[in-house]
Amino acid sequence: MVYFSKRCAMAILLAWGAVAPLSAAEAVADPLSQYREMLGGDNPADLWVSRGEALWTEPRGPRKATLVQCDLGLGAGVVKGAYARLPRYFSETGAVEDLESRLVSCMVQFQGFKREEILASRFGDGERHSSDLEALVAYVVTASKGERMAVPQNTSQEKRAYSMGKAIFFYRAGTHDFSCATCHSADNKRIRLQALPNLTTPTGAQAAYTTWPAYRVSQGEFRTMEWRLNDCFRQQRLPDLKYGSPAAIALTEYLARNANGAVLAAPAIKR
Amino acid sequence: MSYPMKIRATLSGDKVEVKALIAHEMETGFRKDTAGTLVPAHYIQLVTIQCNGKSVLSAQWGPSVSKNPFLTFRFSGAKKGEKLNITWQDNLGETRSDEVAIT
Repeated sequence: MVYFSKRCAMAILLAWGAVAPLSAAEAVADPLSQYREMLGGDNPADLWVSRGEALWTEPRGPRKATLVQCDLGLGAGVVKGAYARLPRYFSETGAVEDLESRLVSCMVQFQGFKREEILASRFGDGERHSSDLEALVAYVVTASKGERMAVPQNTSQEKRAYSMGKAIFFYRAGTHDFSCATCHSADNKRIRLQALPNLTTPTGAQAAYTTWPAYRVSQGEFRTMEWRLNDCFRQQRLPDLKYGSPAAIALTEYLARNANGAVLAAPAIKR
Repeated sequence: MSYPMKIRATLSGDKVEVKALIAHEMETGFRKDTAGTLVPAHYIQLVTIQCNGKSVLSAQWGPSVSKNPFLTFRFSGAKKGEKLNITWQDNLGETRSDEVAIT
């Protein structure tokens, strides 16, 4: 075992010494390959999916209602393919919404939950248990697995969200004078051993966007797109990105729209 | 409160390959939360797997097993359509059983 890990370290060091920065990234391109092979096509995110599926049809909340009346953009109760066409403009709320803000809207509107209560555990309770909201996200996303990304841009609101998202993506701020673009606007970059996608190109955005939400192996949790963006903001030392805020949705719109045409592979398994 | 497991049992040749994902926190009892208080231990202690009521595997687990454990093994002597049942019991006395048919 010791011998093996020494050999691994050696391989990484050797790769490090090589000229092209890509070779180091390639050497550790998929540290989870063994785990993936063992799972054989299974994904621990499935545990959230089955939970979410039950939550979708179960009468819940103060009003004892199901989410079957919830319109995710393709009509009330239509789940299949919905995530590949989000974010989009909803005339009844008069806003562009992503999947997560839409689910919150529905849980408030139909089931009578309190928005603050749902948002208090938006990424789980912070310690142990993941939230019902995350399970619902897992279920809806999985129902679009294999569908082609087709985020609409027919309304002025959607166009505005896109340009706003783009502006946020390139906006430098905070103690480190960072923007999303600092890390994600060039090819073949990495932070330590993590390869960074270039989100300004269709290929980069497609590869990244279609593999989120994901099961995060290092955390043993299912993580949503809003979580991912929130964590990027934390790493940039920016103020908290408010859940379901116009800024969060605009950024999602920018990334999702750039990923149009790619086949959705989420939920994926990430380190 | 426990959530369903995901179990697959497939027959190839004379062996059944079982792959099971078990939803469990598997809390060691050594971890502290953000407030600095110890998170109480909560982990699976006993896993028993039966095929048509006959025991094919039983395991004693402890806090060193990961969160949401993944269990895979093979056994022989079963036919397609027979029921495979996985039951776990944790240190708080909670228990859960899930069942699939062998395909």
